[in-house]
Order: sequence, then C-alpha cells, then structure tokens
Amino acid sequence: MATLETTETPGEGAGDGVRRRDFINLAAVSFAGVGAATVLLPLINQMNPSADVLALASIEVDLSAIKEGQAIKTIFRKQPLFVRHLTAAEIAAADKVDPSSLRDPQTLEQRTVDGKKQWLITMGVCTHLGCVPLGAGEGEIKGEFGGYFCPCHGSSYDTAARIRKGPAPKNLEVPKYAFKSDTVVQVG
Amino acid sequence: MSFPWANHYAPKHPLMKWIDDRLPLPRLVYNAVGAGYPVPRNLNYFWNFGVLSGAALAIQIVTGIVLAMHYAANGLVAFDSVEHIMRDVNSGWMLRYAHANGASFFFIVVYLHIFRGLFYGSYKAPREMVWLLGLVIFLLMMATAFMGYVLPWGQMSFWGAKVITGLFGAIPVVGTPIQTWLLGGFAPDNAALNRFFSLHYLLPFVIAGVIILHIWALHIPGSSNPTGIDVKGPQDTVPFHPYYTAKDGFGLGVFLILYCAVLFFAPNAMGHPDNYIAANPLSTPAHIVPEWYFWPFYAILRAFTVDFILPAKLWGVIAMFGSIILLFFLPWLDKSPVRSGNYRPAFKKFFWLLVIDVLILGYCGGSPAEEPYVMISQLAAAYYFAHFLIILPIVSRMERPLPLPNSITEAVLEKHGNAAA
Amino acid sequence: MVRPIAFLAGLGFVFVLLFSLVTGAVAYISEPPAKTAEHEFHLHPKEVSFASDGPLGKFDRQQLQRGFQVYKEVCSACHSLHQVAFRDLKDLGFTDAEVKAIAKNWATEVPSINPETGEPATRKGTPADKIPAPYANEVAARAANNNALPPDLSLMAKARHDGGAYIYSLLTGYQDQPAELLKHFPDAKTPASLHYNPYFANLNLAMPPPLAADGQVTYADGTKSTVDQMAKDVSAFLIWTAEPKLEKRHATGIAVLGFLLIATILAYLSYRNIWAGIKH
Repeated sequence: MATLETTETPGEGAGDGVRRRDFINLAAVSFAGVGAATVLLPLINQMNPSADVLALASIEVDLSAIKEGQAIKTIFRKQPLFVRHLTAAEIAAADKVDPSSLRDPQTLEQRTVDGKKQWLITMGVCTHLGCVPLGAGEGEIKGEFGGYFCPCHGSSYDTAARIRKGPAPKNLEVPKYAFKSDTVVQVG
Repeated sequence: MSFPWANHYAPKHPLMKWIDDRLPLPRLVYNAVGAGYPVPRNLNYFWNFGVLSGAALAIQIVTGIVLAMHYAANGLVAFDSVEHIMRDVNSGWMLRYAHANGASFFFIVVYLHIFRGLFYGSYKAPREMVWLLGLVIFLLMMATAFMGYVLPWGQMSFWGAKVITGLFGAIPVVGTPIQTWLLGGFAPDNAALNRFFSLHYLLPFVIAGVIILHIWALHIPGSSNPTGIDVKGPQDTVPFHPYYTAKDGFGLGVFLILYCAVLFFAPNAMGHPDNYIAANPLSTPAHIVPEWYFWPFYAILRAFTVDFILPAKLWGVIAMFGSIILLFFLPWLDKSPVRSGNYRPAFKKFFWLLVIDVLILGYCGGSPAEEPYVMISQLAAAYYFAHFLIILPIVSRMERPLPLPNSITEAVLEKHGNAAA
Repeated sequence: MVRPIAFLAGLGFVFVLLFSLVTGAVAYISEPPAKTAEHEFHLHPKEVSFASDGPLGKFDRQQLQRGFQVYKEVCSACHSLHQVAFRDLKDLGFTDAEVKAIAKNWATEVPSINPETGEPATRKGTPADKIPAPYANEVAARAANNNALPPDLSLMAKARHDGGAYIYSLLTGYQDQPAELLKHFPDAKTPASLHYNPYFANLNLAMPPPLAADGQVTYADGTKSTVDQMAKDVSAFLIWTAEPKLEKRHATGIAVLGFLLIATILAYLSYRNIWAGIKH
C-alpha cells in the first residue's frame, strides 16, 4: 500500500532524533531573529549625525575684535553661541553672589577658563525650552541681572550666564572649548 | 477560507483569544499564511517567488523610507544629496545600494513569478482575478521603478524621464499637452523631479494594497500546483505553516545570498555608468538605455521603424503598451482546459520559445539601436505578439494534452515510484 | 469575441514588424551604413590591476597618497573634485594636522563673503570644506579651456565602464593619429586644438596629455615617478574618490554572506526536517 506519510519507526534513538530536529528548527529561527535584529542597526544608525554634520561640530572663534563689554553671537552646531567679553564690573557682580544661593550653584571660575575669566562662552540656548535669550546683541535687554534675558518665558541670567529668575532649571550651557592662542578659541 | 478541512484557529494563549474575540486579526493571519491555509503538497521551488516578491517589496519600502530621510528632491542638489548619502550618512552607501539593487532583484523574482504563472496556467479559471491583479501590480512596479530611477538626477535619470514622457508625445493631438502636463514644464526639471518623488513614495503602498487583494483573490480557489489539477481532498494538501513557511524561509535565504553578493561585491553591475554623471540638459549620453528590466519593452518600442498608416513612433508606443495589455486578455486567449504546461506538449515548446524570445528582446533592448540588433528585435517582437495573439489561441484548440493524473496524491506517489497500481 | 480581435491585432503587429524588417533589410543592403573612425579605432581600456580589485580588495594607502599628489599638482589645475571634502583625506592615512595643512594651503581658496562689506571674497580652506574647484563656474572653466569643460573627477571611476582602467588608459594612451585611420577616413583628421587618443569615445580629446614626462611629480615616498606610475597612482586615487566606502563594503559583505550562508543551511535543514516523511 502506498502511503503519503512514512511514520517514524519507534525505537532506540528516536527520542534523540526528535530533540535534534527541534534544535535545528530552533537554531534556524534564532538565526533569522539575530539577522533581522542586526539589520535594524544600520536602519537606526542612519539617523545619527552624518560625517559632514560632525565635521562642523568644531569651530574656531577669533576674539580679537570683541571689545570689553561686547558680546558676539556665532553659530556652533547650528545653534547660537554667545561669546562675551566681561567688564571688570560684570566680573565683580558675578563674584559677589553666593553660589549656594543659586538654583544651579556654580562660580564664574567654574564657568570660564583659568586666567581668562573675562571670556564667558556659553550656548545661546535657554535651558528652559530652547529659545535664544536676548542680551548678546547690542541694545538688547539683558534682564534684571545684567546677563541674558529669555523673552519666551522670562528667564533671567546673570553676568556669568547663571539662571537667577524664571522657569529655566539650569545655567546656560558652557560648551567644551580651549584657547588655541590669546585670541583664538576652538569650540567643540 | 478555501477548503472544509482547513485547520480552525484556536488561540493557545488567553491574550490571543482576548485579541481575537475583539479584532480577529490573529485569525486572519492564521487563515492567510498560517496553519489554516491548506496548500497543495506538490508545489516546486517556482512557487517560492510569490513570497520572495513580497520580501523584495518589503526591502524596497524599508530602505526607501530611510533614504527619503536624506534625499533632497531638487534639481540643484538631488545628485549631490545622493552622493551625500553614499559618503557621509551612516551606512548610507549600504542603504542606497540595497535600494538600487533591490529594485533589480524585485524584478528578477517577479519575472520568475510571472513566467511560473505562464507555464503552469495559473492565469486560468478560477484564478483569472489573481492574474489580473498581478498585472496591475506589475504595471505599478514599472511606474514606481521608472520614477525611482529619475530621482538620482544623473544623466540616465534625466534622459530617461525625457524619453519616457516623450512616448506620450506620440499620441495624436493631445500628446504634447499631456507630456507638458506630466513634466510640469517643457523638459524635466524641479517640477517633474518633485512629483516623481511624491509618487515614488506613494505607489509602493498602493502596490502593497493590491498585493493584499492579490492574496485574497488567491485564497478563494487556493493555490495552483505543478500538475494544474484541482485539489480533491485533505490528502492533497498540507498546511501552509509550518510546511511552506519553512520552504519559503530556505528560499529567502538563497535569495538574500544572491542579493547580498551583488549588493556588496558588484553594486553597480546592473546600473549604468552614465548615471554617475550629473544631469545635463544640453548633452545626451551616447547610448541611452533604460534599466535592464525594461529592455524587452524598449526593444519592442524601437522595433517599429516604418510609418505604416500610423507614424512609426506611435506604432512603437502602442506596441509597447500593447505587449503588457495583451496579458490582461490571456485567460480568454488560452482556452485549453489543461492548466499545467507539463501536460501540454505543443504549448510547452512554444513556451520555451517565448522565454528565449523575451531574453533576445532584452538583449537587443540593451544594445545600441543599430543593425543587426534592430532586425533581430523586429523578428523577436513579431514572435512575441504572434505567440500570445495567434499561436496560443490556436494551440489551445488543436493540441492533444497528455493524460492527467487523477489527483495530486496520485501524481506525488507516481513521482516517488510506488504508485498503487 | 476576444480571440478574433486578438488574432487580427496580432496579424497587424506582425505585419508592421515584418514590413519594418524588410524595409530595414533592403536599406541595409542597398546602402550599408558607413563605417566610422570611432567604430574602427576606439579601444577598450588596457588591462591593469589595482589593489582595490576583487571581492577582498583593499586600497594601497601609499598609492592613494601618491595619486592624491598627482591630482593636487597636475589635475587640480583644471579638474574639480566636487564631492570630496578635505576631511575625507584622513582615509588616505593623513593625520588631522596634515589634513588641516592641506586644506589651508590649497591653491584655490574657498569662496566666502567679506564679513565687513558683504562683497564676494575667499578664505583659506578648513577640513570641513569640500575641495574647492579651480574655476568659479562652468563659464569660467570653458573660457579658460578653449570652450572645453574639464569634467569633475569625483565619480569618474564609476561614470565610465571599467573606470579605473579607463582613466589609466586615457592618461597613457595619447599617440599620433595612425596613418591607417587617415587613409580610410581622411575627414576624421584630428583638429589642431584636439589630441588623438584611441581610448576616448570619439578619439579626439580637448585635454592635452597631462602626464607628459617622467619625474613630473616628485613623490614624497621616493617612488620613481614614471608616466605609467603616475597614471596608475592617480587612477587608484580616483577609484577611491568615487567609492570611498569600498573597503567597508567588502568587509561588511564577507560578514553578511558568511552569516547568510550558515542561516540558509540551517533553514534548509529545518525545511527538510519539517518535511521529513511527507512525500511531495
């Protein structure tokens, strides 16, 4: 009699055979799973910044034209960067404050480079919701603490760009930077 | 859906039961591509290409969506944005090569799927609707592929757009206005590039929708099989899962090996070097050809060289579209009650002649428009039309088919050499 | 109804095609198409091998640096390398400082705007910049080159069949027009402003031989700079500019294929397993 199904002959080793077969199916499915998961990596990674964007992640700023009391706005990672040349009065005002009384306790020394206390370099991005604070441009209001003032929700920063009043939780971010010479700073 | 002995969905896990009671999606999947779909047990490897076509579409949609995150559809920057993907975007080169070669492999598996259908008579009653929907998918694929090829805005992109929209210019009276309307200008430019991008993004999802209809229509009569005879009872079928999911898994592995071999080691072999030159409206490439999957149709287009009542250009356009349109009538042109080519000796010979004919057309379509290629493509195009419009209807009437097995089971047992005699 | 109409349509197509065929054949016999000089004398690229060839090919970084030197000292006078940024040169084995110096000292400066006046100006290159083009625009390029446009070279190795060998052949293929050619095609004499080169599609090239003499470039690594060596090096460099991710592609490909091979074997075993005992 012809049949379609050849039944497994029960006997020695049949149990082992079944187990080996299950193992192969499991291995095949696992391999497919690992493969599919690996394919996800490039699909996710492609959304990270591309090489040309990263290449612009470091800029050099020439400080020679910024006079005492002035500030410039430049662009770092497609965001505003404030470079401010503090006056002696502004430095004194910042130093006068007791850091422990601040929402985000930091001294001006901690926010500048040793021996270059007059150069305050911060991101121009309010730590509340990301607006650009006023105060870097000539004639812009600097808020009641003489630093920066964010018009969106009224955060006021002092002359060390520390948050003093308003909803912002943190001081303006100080990016990583280093002086290449007395007048050139590399940011990023 | 199809056979009374199909397995019924019984949720194993309470969560599945909870979902199934409220939205019978698990049931739908189970009945469509799970253990609830009985499939003839005797399918050969040619039946893998349906699933592979679906896999190719999935690859194209996934890679396409991520490429669209970096591509810029503007004539000034499109070419450079593709190079940006190739050089600067993380894994961008892999994604772009995957998409470009994915298109070629999509056509390879779809062509095999179509020729499978042609040989085994899958277009015949009661599966005409499956065939017609398949042809709709094919037309949508061709439109999508053509518009996708325009996007890199290289020389072949630009001139391909110009030549293909120029085909519409062959239509009497309204031709030129239609061409201008399609392009949104007098030559391909930003307007054309943007609308092609928009439609190139849209159409794959339309294709996915028609594929659902294609599979739905297939599940009404159930899958065909190499003998072409109907399923008679439970002994003729096995459940789709795990039997054909396992077989398709293996097929997918082989497909991916071939695809990745090309993707990583010959990614430009199926493309044209001229498309690495930015589009230049003032200079036509010396030898302008479409992508390889359009070559047979391109050969038919160019085969008409003489004005006969109608201008040669119009003949070419009619014939090129006609060569696909006629496939819609195939179920009514071939009236032989026998489906499978295995039992049709005369049909089988003509079928292989058609395969060779289409390969020749493809070769001529990819060659320069000079002799002897033009004459060969004229002969080959003549056979193409004769095959479907003249030979098939006659053969289906005259031919004496071989005796068919009584059932799929009988055919299977016979193959294994122990038929119950 | 379908079949009679189809029959007539089929006859129609076949008739017009055969009519076209006969007309074409008669024309071909009575007036055979004239042979052209391009058809008879154009040559396929020479056989030449590069380290990057083959599925396991890797770039020869020393060679790429030499090729870059040839580009910089010879080609860059007329040809742009629009898609390549200075930062990409780190791939050739240059350090950050070297790349910075190359960018800063590049013969052409990067177009910019005078921050005081807003007038167009130029500035020194930085690693983030694309390599600046020698000409401001196409009109300037044509004006300086007798109305011929020196093409961008970034993708040249992919924009021609067998691109690397093509560039090498073109650079080493300049020669006098063969007497044989002039005998058969007297009209095809190379015009005075062009240069005969059988590896160029239409045989006559506006570019004068760029690599004219041995020693034209003094290689930093001491390699003898014959014309052949320089041509090979710059071809290798242009293969890199066209496909900078080639090595990564090869390495990824080997890993992917290895994985797929094992996965497919497992899938096959699993398939046989599941079908064991089921005749089909």
